[in-house]
Amino acid sequence: MAEAVAEPANAPAAVRHAEEVMGTVFSFDVRGGEPRAVRAALREAVAELHRADAVFSTYREDSQVSRLARGELTVEECDPEVAEVLALGAEAEGASDGWFSLRYRGELDPTGIVKGWAAERAARRIGAAGVSGVSVNGGGDVQLLGAPEPQRPWRVGVSDPLRPGGLAAVVSSAGAAELAVATSGTAERGAHIVDPGTGRSAVTDLVAVTVVAPRLTWADCWATAAFAMGSRQGLAWLESLPDVEALLITAGDEVRCTAGLAARLG
Amino acid sequence: MHALKKRSPLRRVVLASAATVSGLVMLLSLKPHTQPEIAAAPAPAASSGAGSSAGTGGSSSGGSSAGGSSSGSSSGGSASGTRTVTGETVQTRWGPVQVRVTLKGRRITDVTAVSYPSDNPRDQEISSYAIPQLRRETLAAQSARIDSVSGASYTSDGYKQSLQSALDSARL
Repeated sequence: MAEAVAEPANAPAAVRHAEEVMGTVFSFDVRGGEPRAVRAALREAVAELHRADAVFSTYREDSQVSRLARGELTVEECDPEVAEVLALGAEAEGASDGWFSLRYRGELDPTGIVKGWAAERAARRIGAAGVSGVSVNGGGDVQLLGAPEPQRPWRVGVSDPLRPGGLAAVVSSAGAAELAVATSGTAERGAHIVDPGTGRSAVTDLVAVTVVAPRLTWADCWATAAFAMGSRQGLAWLESLPDVEALLITAGDEVRCTAGLAARLG
Repeated sequence: MHALKKRSPLRRVVLASAATVSGLVMLLSLKPHTQPEIAAAPAPAASSGAGSSAGTGGSSSGGSSAGGSSSGSSSGGSASGTRTVTGETVQTRWGPVQVRVTLKGRRITDVTAVSYPSDNPRDQEISSYAIPQLRRETLAAQSARIDSVSGASYTSDGYKQSLQSALDSARL
């Protein structure tokens, strides 16, 4: 009864999947490739997400990260991914002057980087299986590889925080072999947004920051950091980063963007 | 001040009005009893219960409503590829609502309410305002031909109300 959907004649086959993991839902859209290889890669990517959740979750008392935070494990005793993510997080802390942080109230808490990192890794895992296009959306943060159809780029709607169900913009992957779109906002779950200068919750005039960059790991961190900075500092800082474009929406419903964003809108 | 010059205000893509009917987007979390995997390639058997997460309606979905029309009827088909899918009854703040979505291929071409609360004094609101709004938003998103949606992180529950969920439901 699986009704075959009419695709354009030259369109590669699509495999789609939605998986509940890490307290959210990951949506997969994979185009092209040999079907069995695609399904195997998808299964492996999904299994890796669940493993990452078990290792990194701060909601699980017995996760490696929880035990690491309590001093029951050393980094060396954890899975190698823990050291990898902590190194990436430290890099993000440095690049953002501490506006992105691996700590919350003094405790180790890599929540802010894990989901983006895991979604990017999932996309690359599937991308390595010989497909022509991959889209992985991890709870609102998207990693794109390739294209859905030969003459059509991926198109990602940026949800409008002040008009539920509406879109503030559409980002196109045209001309980019890989592109990520990450959004941080007032509805942000998990990322603890703290002003590194005061140690308190950041006071921001923003309701959402969307960052467009090649890699979701960084796009996610930069969106979190810029959101905490506020529109003025956040925009200036994002503008200074290479290969990064961004869209910022203030509580006053003003939309600001980096100079090069227009080239990424579709 | 040089940096300020770069701050060009982006003209907002006008796709939806300011109305707040976010809860209604969940109506698109359709759960057709026919298997939802309609993509050209077979759906992955990646994990049990995974595929269903995309199509699961609100937790309050009462299953069969009066008339039994919630049995996820998927009709139409034929060469044109047009079909209709009737969603589960979903509790809204106005009361139980059920919608029917018409798809041509994977594109939603229409959204109508099959049933909505008639004993509720606010039924006028949902019939004359909320449903048209839902329809408009859905069709706007469709016409934008988007593959995915980026927004502030949603929880598993929040996903059901998200535009991404609606997209997944329409295509899975």
